[in-house]
Amino acid sequence: MYNGSKIIVGLIVFAGIVTFPFIYNLGKVNAKPEPKIDTPVIQQLKEKNCIESKEFMKANHMQLLNKWRDMVVRNGKRVYVNSKGEKYEISLQNTCLKCHSNKKEFCDECHNYMSVKTHCWNCHLESKG
Amino acid sequence: MGISFSLLAVTVLILIAYSGVKFAGLHFFFGVVIPYIAIATFVIGIIYRVVKWGLSPVPFCIPTTCGQQESLPWIKQDKLENPSNTLGVIGRMALEVLFFRSLFRNLKFEVDVANPTEMKDESRVIYSSDKWLWLSGLIFHWSFLIIIVRHLRFFTEQVPSLMRLLENLDGWFQIGLPHFYVTNLVVLLSVTYLFIRRVIIPQVRYISLAADYFPLLLILGIAVTGILMRYFSRVDIVDVKILTIGLVSFRPVIPEGLGIIFYIHLFLVCTLFIYFPFSKLVHMAGVFMSPTRNLANNSRMQRYVNPWNYDVKIHTYSEYEEEFRGKMKKAGIPVEKG
Repeated sequence: MYNGSKIIVGLIVFAGIVTFPFIYNLGKVNAKPEPKIDTPVIQQLKEKNCIESKEFMKANHMQLLNKWRDMVVRNGKRVYVNSKGEKYEISLQNTCLKCHSNKKEFCDECHNYMSVKTHCWNCHLESKG
Repeated sequence: MGISFSLLAVTVLILIAYSGVKFAGLHFFFGVVIPYIAIATFVIGIIYRVVKWGLSPVPFCIPTTCGQQESLPWIKQDKLENPSNTLGVIGRMALEVLFFRSLFRNLKFEVDVANPTEMKDESRVIYSSDKWLWLSGLIFHWSFLIIIVRHLRFFTEQVPSLMRLLENLDGWFQIGLPHFYVTNLVVLLSVTYLFIRRVIIPQVRYISLAADYFPLLLILGIAVTGILMRYFSRVDIVDVKILTIGLVSFRPVIPEGLGIIFYIHLFLVCTLFIYFPFSKLVHMAGVFMSPTRNLANNSRMQRYVNPWNYDVKIHTYSEYEEEFRGKMKKAGIPVEKG
């Protein structure tokens, strides 16, 4: 090979970049995120339902929260009517966090796994629990 | 012909992934087997191509005197266009790879009547600056790079801070939730421009083949499925990450209920990776092997020997005399050594 040493160095750099994810994960045990819902308030509930179905919340909670913020902060509406017609007070602190008081085991579990940075706590206080 | 073939090829690829997952239930095949094949083909293919290029000799030192070469001390050398040492070559290569410097000189030429009032029937070639190809090519490549680096959040459990920074910059405007990425729009616009350019400009259309349209349409397909997956037909990204982390840690798992659009996206990406080393896309590696970019213009300082010159057999006079001294003496021919 002509200029072999330079080409081989280049190829090693290339292979290193492409296989970076494999090298990075060598010997690491990657645990799945398992958000916990066993807070005292939830355990006392008779029917363990969130304001919408679990699937809906899993996929759309961020958009719902965004919508709630706009409804309250910009339009002054504080009542949310869910798909079953039930009414809820729009409040992160008093509605969401009343049940999900375990931010570390609930919110952060998936957000940290996906490296998602939320803006909730720029304004809101974190729950102490 | 080229367009319809490429369009058909991308459609068939999408249908293969769709029917393979939806009807045949080949989740493991499309989620694990194909990605491993793709990454192996990509790495081995590129190494194969580069080694093959490395084996072919470069017969000349190609200086490409685009700027002033190194000369007398009072003549100013253009050190980046016409470098005479390795440092300069690195600079020229970096400008080429990072900013497409040679494409920046791209010219448009048209045959036109130069001055309609004076030269009525005479037409001539008019050259003018054309930076659109350079601009769209540059922003396309850069956004593609940012998109790829951003995707590393699916492959690393503690996402390195550099990638998080890039992701935050890309979602700078904080439009909607999940945040809209600027590169998503830019990559769509630039690929669309690059495609339309091939279709509209007659000269470019004339030389365009299926091998030119197919990568554009394939990348367009990847971008569209990715954008759909993020903003519209959404999939659970935790499940996606469980699959991707499984792949890179060699413990593959297939999470239940992952949307088909993810498998389509993944299959198109894998196709791109497999197609890469055997198509024009391999210019990613090839640009580093271009003799006009990677050779220093030092032909007046260092002797450049063509590598395929055979060894010329020389027979010096002293050897000749050594061989024929006896016969020469007999024939009365004067010799140097007695």
